[in-house]
Amino acid sequence: MTSTTAVPEPGPHAAEQTHAAAGRDVDVVAIAAERDIAEGILAEHALEEIFDDSIVAKAQDLIARYPQSRSALLPMLHLVQSVQGYVSQEGIAFCAKQLDLSDAEVSAVATFYTMYKRKPCGEHLVSVCTNTLCAAMGGDAIYKKLQTHLGSEEKPLGHEETAGMPGEPGSLTLEHAECLAACDLAPVIQVNYEFYDNQTPEKAVALVDALQAGKKPAPTRGAPLTNFKDVELQLAGFFPADNDRYRTDVDGPSQADETLRGAKIAQDRGWVAPVAKDVPLPEVEKK
Amino acid sequence: MADPITPVLTKRWLSPNSWQIGTYEALEGYTAVRKALAGTPEQLVQLVKDSGLRGRGGAGFPAGIKWSFMPQNFDKPHYLVINADEGEPGTCKDIPLMMADPHSLIEGCIIASYAMRSNHCFIYVRGEALHCIRRLNAAVREAEAAGYLGENILGSGFDLKITVHAGAGAYICGEETALLDSLEGRRGQPRLKPPFPAAAGLYAAPTTVNNVETIASVPFIVNGGSSWFREMGREKSPGPKIYSISGHVEQPGQYECPLGTTLRELLDLAGGMKDGVPLKFWTPGGSSTPMFTAEHLDVPLDFEGAAEAGSMLGTTAVMVFNETVSVPWAVMKWTEFYEHESCGKCTPCREGTYWLAQILERMVEGKGTEEDIDTLLDVCDNILGRSFCALGDGAVSPIQSGIKYFREEFLALCESNKRELVGAQA
Repeated sequence: MTSTTAVPEPGPHAAEQTHAAAGRDVDVVAIAAERDIAEGILAEHALEEIFDDSIVAKAQDLIARYPQSRSALLPMLHLVQSVQGYVSQEGIAFCAKQLDLSDAEVSAVATFYTMYKRKPCGEHLVSVCTNTLCAAMGGDAIYKKLQTHLGSEEKPLGHEETAGMPGEPGSLTLEHAECLAACDLAPVIQVNYEFYDNQTPEKAVALVDALQAGKKPAPTRGAPLTNFKDVELQLAGFFPADNDRYRTDVDGPSQADETLRGAKIAQDRGWVAPVAKDVPLPEVEKK
Repeated sequence: MADPITPVLTKRWLSPNSWQIGTYEALEGYTAVRKALAGTPEQLVQLVKDSGLRGRGGAGFPAGIKWSFMPQNFDKPHYLVINADEGEPGTCKDIPLMMADPHSLIEGCIIASYAMRSNHCFIYVRGEALHCIRRLNAAVREAEAAGYLGENILGSGFDLKITVHAGAGAYICGEETALLDSLEGRRGQPRLKPPFPAAAGLYAAPTTVNNVETIASVPFIVNGGSSWFREMGREKSPGPKIYSISGHVEQPGQYECPLGTTLRELLDLAGGMKDGVPLKFWTPGGSSTPMFTAEHLDVPLDFEGAAEAGSMLGTTAVMVFNETVSVPWAVMKWTEFYEHESCGKCTPCREGTYWLAQILERMVEGKGTEEDIDTLLDVCDNILGRSFCALGDGAVSPIQSGIKYFREEFLALCESNKRELVGAQA
């Protein structure tokens, strides 16, 4: 038999003394020192000014690609970044409006993923892999070098900080990245998610110098370099409409020596998989 | 006995423009799909079961059995979701595969979708793999134009749509249920199982999540049959596997060998240790698989072999480190990774990785004490098997195995901080 727990006795203080009594609603506009500004705070932001009809059309296109609209949220956040170079409060409100979600629901998602930036990015995003393997092969040294090179010895550029003014040509946002899945080509850097493989501190400095000077060095694997906003549009699922440009992007290099090494050795030495004979599918009993 | 390298998945990679449909079709591409669509879904599930194909994403679950969990009715739409969120440290096989031969994945998707009665397949690619996303998108367009995707594929009456979906930078989305949440437009956090995805997956409908390499293997199995597939590899781990060798070796790269190949054989292919500096430690399949040492050179790298030697096959991401690398430092770096990538849903992982990273950082700075080693192991015990998903289990692997094989190195870091023994006081 189990005994019941005793009902707690009331404490020494009455409820009104232990909890702040709920006050009445305050009219913040009425009590504001400067009424005009206070009204501005509460006004709806003019989303249309930032996200024009073509962006709305793209957002609707994304929604149509999925059986349920909310699945379009990740691509839509990439779309927002392609417009502003980051996910702003307005960007969050825009997604929320398109998907009939609350701003809080969209914020919760936007803040979870590393690729959604909360501050405006430079023209280019430079990501240095500093996970263990790349770090051991020189990735840590590259990141440190770029920090002081883009900042200064006294004030090295920090993670997700920008050298130059975001939005201006040649501005660069630096970040250290987790494993970029190119370990056989370590240490690696990505610029706008295009691969620059087998890096050294010297090569990395030359790369960022060129970017700052407005040049677009070709990646070792990937499409011809553009800028952060442009690739965010591709991540959202919108590729160049011009067919030549599209083909050039898709056909950008990928066949690194490392990638092909095993296949090359097999070819050179005459090694092959067992020969496959065309055999019928197995018989199964009909149910 | 199969050759040391058995190019199956990698056999087209040397061909010019291997990612274009013309090259693919010229090299037996889209022949398996014709054969598959002429058969029944049951036959395909049986074939994949017979082949013994095991999941290439790390866990090694038999693919045919996984497929057979899908219901045979049409109460709800069925979905096939491809896990192309490659992010396990050291792992770099799916990204080169999707760049070099995206059509093999597309053809695999068509066959697998038909076998599981799915008319919509999603390929969830990690966002940082932009060039793969381009190549896959182009491959889908080419396949649609050629009639391999869309309605009434090759006159079979089977319809399929493939959607390529970009992630946004979160390692946890490689966990299948977190991936599904992410694909639904949410924070990528794992779900409680059961229900398993085959019962309630994407949009609570029957779903199978398979790795890229697993599905890309399917067209070859359809063409060659299960016995052919079993001519490579070992009894319980048949088939070829892409071993990604990285780190301090002369010739890092992708080597597709039969399952069961040893590190000694792989090192031989990869030209040996870089500059002849001796091997110190290595991982058989990413940072979440307990590390090995030079003692393990002859461990057959298949699912059973790696497990019997106290680790896991994982993704066959063979990261090789030489004598110049400090084990506590490497373990600290990996732990910082898990701390960053812990999704925050469950307490053991969220809090545990946070404290593990701080202890290791302190030790590497030379401010640790011997007790820290016990604290690390104690925290590990409170994460392993107690966290919501496998991320937590993975996080403790480098620490536990690092201390197991290299305890002296951790102790050496504490040398200067030994508690001074004060003489007996009067």
